[in-house]
Amino acid sequence: MMNPLYILNKDHLAAGVHAKFKCTDCHSADYSKYPHNAELKLEPLSTCLDCHGGDAKYAAYKFEKIDEEFQKSVHFQKVGESFTCSKCHNQHYYQAKSRNSSEVGEIVGFSNDMCMSCHSNNNKFLLFSNKLKPELSQIHDWLPNQELHFKNVRCIECHTVVVDSLSVSHNILPKEKALKNCVECHSKNSMLEASLYKYKNIQSRTEKGKLNSIISNKSYIIGAYQNEWLNNFSIIIFLMALVGISIHLIIRIIKK
Amino acid sequence: MTSESKIYFYPIWLRIWHGINALSILVLIFTGINMQYANQNFKLMDFELAVNLHNIFGITVTLNYLLFFIGNMMTSNKKYYRLKMKGLIKRLILQVNYYTSGMFKNENPPFPLNEKRKFNPMQKVTYLLAMYILVPGLIITGLALLFPETIIEEVYSLSGIFMTAVLHASLGFLVSIFLVIHLYVASIGKHPLNNFKSIIDGYHDISGH
Repeated sequence: MMNPLYILNKDHLAAGVHAKFKCTDCHSADYSKYPHNAELKLEPLSTCLDCHGGDAKYAAYKFEKIDEEFQKSVHFQKVGESFTCSKCHNQHYYQAKSRNSSEVGEIVGFSNDMCMSCHSNNNKFLLFSNKLKPELSQIHDWLPNQELHFKNVRCIECHTVVVDSLSVSHNILPKEKALKNCVECHSKNSMLEASLYKYKNIQSRTEKGKLNSIISNKSYIIGAYQNEWLNNFSIIIFLMALVGISIHLIIRIIKK
Repeated sequence: MTSESKIYFYPIWLRIWHGINALSILVLIFTGINMQYANQNFKLMDFELAVNLHNIFGITVTLNYLLFFIGNMMTSNKKYYRLKMKGLIKRLILQVNYYTSGMFKNENPPFPLNEKRKFNPMQKVTYLLAMYILVPGLIITGLALLFPETIIEEVYSLSGIFMTAVLHASLGFLVSIFLVIHLYVASIGKHPLNNFKSIIDGYHDISGH
């Protein structure tokens, strides 16, 4: 009887980036027979960079730079070489959601599920750590509207160093260095513009006009969604009220 | 200061409500501006503190509104808020004319205040709008934003949370305009500070206004 964990989900496989591959493109030719030997599981496999590194076709995605950034990350620093790409990016199911989806919620969900696969699962967490996983809702209890943030913001937004040249930053920081300053995102020059909202597929709406793009977004970020026109309009109305009052006051003083 | 010219307009519950409301609204406007116009280079106060204060004082205003609403319902104070629609425009024009010209010519106010009339027509309309439309609107949208999971996600492809937030900010802006005008109009009296004293001790001096 086969270990059910080793059975791949065909639908997920078909939706993934490697869907067109034959099993034997990555695995040994012995896999073409079924059932195959259990020891095959121990075969040495290629790493992601064996295909994706140093290839002009993938140059735009900068896999070498990703590797360089990843080596600075807390995952590599604490666990070392055995923390491979596939620990987060399941090679059978991975989808390039952040590049292709235009739904913020979908991008966020897909990205956060990668973190959650270990950070909300002690069995997997203990493979890399000798401590139980921290309770996420507890260590984030300082964060207002926690649930809403988790649903609409990727973990990596606060837990990585944003690198402009990469579409997704891979230098996951130790928790002490995570971003805890609300105004980094909740402001006119929101950091989210440099991370989550940097994708063309989300920004394409921006080209239709700022107000349009804002009102069609599923979320609202206080401080970050400022509309120059509305800002100026409100300031003008306020000043007009003040001018009206001043004129009235001056006449009052003169006529006294 | 004879007692005949003074009317006990503002009972203690009303003054307590007004005091709490005034203080809370000031904090809400200050913290609200800090969030709405948030900018990394310019901030009035820490964002997190602004959020927390805005939540606390928002809830304070909500509970306090119940005091106003119930107080107004249970006492005779409600009679001052009754609005007769017939001839309202005419009465409003009379009041506007007084504020923009009559008062400078030392004319008598068209609607002198007495035991039966605490507000002139302009005041009555503004206070009704402020207390029965603006503030409840702010409370409802504010509570919705405090529990954003209650907001409908999408209304005709418009983000529900966005619409709620914009409505909340716009009503808040109108309240800030109300506040400025309210404070200024309060300074119109025999002495600019008379009305401010009234809302503290409860007695309104009708001889000058």
